Amino acid sequence: MLTYGLVIAAYIILRILLAGGHVSSALQGQLVPITAYIVMAVSLNLTVGVLGELSLGHAGFMSVGAFTGVITSASLTSSVPEPALRLLFALIAGGIAAGLFGFLIGIPVLRLHGDYLAIVTLAFGEIIKNVVNTLYVGIGQSGLKIGMTSGNALNLGEGGKVILNGPMGAIGVQKISSFTAGFILILVTLFIILNLIDSRAGRAIMAVRDNKIAAESVGISVWRYRMTAFVTSAALAGAAGALYALNYSTVIARKFDFNTSILVLVFVVLGGMGNIRGSIIAATVLTILPEVLRAFNNVRMLIYAVILILVMLATNNVRLRAWFQRIRPGNGKTPVISGGGDGHE
Amino acid sequence: MTFLTYLISGISLGSIYAIIALGYTMVYGIAKMLNFAHGDVIMIGGYVSYMVTTELGWSPLVSVLAAMAVCTLLGVLIEQLAYKPLRAAPSLAVLITAIGVSYFLQNAALLLFSANPKSFSSVVPIDSIRLFEGKLVISGTAIVAVIACAIIILGLTWLINKTKIGKAMRAVSEDKHAAQLMGVSINKTISVTFAIGSALAAVAGVLLVSAYPILMPTTGAMPGIKAFTAAVFGGIGSIPGAFLGGILLGIIEILGKAYISTQLSDAIVFAVLIIILLVKPTGLLGKKVLVKV
Repeated sequence: MLTYGLVIAAYIILRILLAGGHVSSALQGQLVPITAYIVMAVSLNLTVGVLGELSLGHAGFMSVGAFTGVITSASLTSSVPEPALRLLFALIAGGIAAGLFGFLIGIPVLRLHGDYLAIVTLAFGEIIKNVVNTLYVGIGQSGLKIGMTSGNALNLGEGGKVILNGPMGAIGVQKISSFTAGFILILVTLFIILNLIDSRAGRAIMAVRDNKIAAESVGISVWRYRMTAFVTSAALAGAAGALYALNYSTVIARKFDFNTSILVLVFVVLGGMGNIRGSIIAATVLTILPEVLRAFNNVRMLIYAVILILVMLATNNVRLRAWFQRIRPGNGKTPVISGGGDGHE
Repeated sequence: MTFLTYLISGISLGSIYAIIALGYTMVYGIAKMLNFAHGDVIMIGGYVSYMVTTELGWSPLVSVLAAMAVCTLLGVLIEQLAYKPLRAAPSLAVLITAIGVSYFLQNAALLLFSANPKSFSSVVPIDSIRLFEGKLVISGTAIVAVIACAIIILGLTWLINKTKIGKAMRAVSEDKHAAQLMGVSINKTISVTFAIGSALAAVAGVLLVSAYPILMPTTGAMPGIKAFTAAVFGGIGSIPGAFLGGILLGIIEILGKAYISTQLSDAIVFAVLIIILLVKPTGLLGKKVLVKV
């Protein structure tokens, strides 16, 4: 409940600040991306923290969702004029498409374990980026058309519009995402993930994480529960991708590359594995941090890197941790990284 | 004949990947960590060589040695400052720290050398060889890359199998605690591994920018990821595996670019990796780990 409360309180405070004009335009521009990254981090936490498998290709699912969302929104422009409703359809379509990809990718990926599983997710993320880079999608009189050569080769006819233009990405996207939509998506994500974790399926997933053989021997279908977690995580990432993409007028496939996957992974690890609230806080703080450091101009990313390293050292070094606990007893704010986690009330 | 040309340039690119992959695989085998900053050490090596040849005007050979010296120092320094305090930490924490180091190196290079791409003139003084009346051209860089890779592989095999430090490395990789009980200094062994890996990264960096002469702060990122792929491909932790994986990856990439699609060549490389891992889940030459109940 505390997690929901935190999100709702943050939303209300921001709404009040926005109404009073206290939020800088740079931060206002970051609001939708922050909500998208929170959903990304929470959904990745399901794979990494709860299922216990390292995924380095989460941005691939974001990409699938983003471009599906953009195409859905563009195709529905005339039939669904209401932007909020169109956004809802785009998010659902993005989520379903990414979930489907998650299932297809999960079939080979979930046969592997550990670092090998991680590298295959990385490989799928890169493949998705490369393939989207060569796709041309347009909408014309005869419906949606897909090609791999050029926008003109689609033969869209009169009144046709190219939605996805190969390496140029999606162009002329209608910006229909809003902060409120992002906030609702976070709540839906929390509802799905927290309920999943607390359900029979969630306990089965964690049992598989902690000891696969023991779980299998008490009759838990390892494949089924690993797949459940993986697909749920992918679908939510897809919805986040659609939300993210529909916040910009142009979206390129390169945006959702390995670095984005890593960025989200940093949120998850820094927030605490399996700790949903930690993911939310880490995603917010680390998205705002480069903006806050803007005063330092060109050294800001350097400082960001140093802060990241120092935080990892401070929270994981055995000696430093003992020292922290001595000077600040009962301090629960320091993110503690451990194999398991039960920080989801 | 064109096929042969592609094959040779594939082997040469593969040799560079193999040299980088060796650094990944050695560190993984001994410290059990994925050192994501390795690709950026390559980039630093390239810049050092660039500065020494263009700014100081010294000979290319000196620049290679300088790059190796700087990268070795850098590798050991990174290990001491960022990874050593996390020896007992979970592997994901170390992974994120490595990513932090990678960001740090990229942004430090951005500040020092600016984002403008520098055009690097090859350090290899050998002219291209023309065979079959000029139908088959082999660049000097390609020859040097293959020879360097061969020397490095032979040298490393000797080091690991015949020397005392090599024995320590094998022991630490097999069982850290047992090695410690036998009097092997784990910290020293890991430091030496990082030093060797980083020196190899410097060589790879100079060769890479000699073959593809554009130098940017992000130059090392993609070759780093691909070499990591190569290491997994061959079976991470295995030195012959890294060699085999690197060469195969280079060949697949160049042939894919030539015969299938330029834009999709990376996708092809990763697709082959996925297929290999499905057939052999621990890579081509990786050890099969049996799970005991």
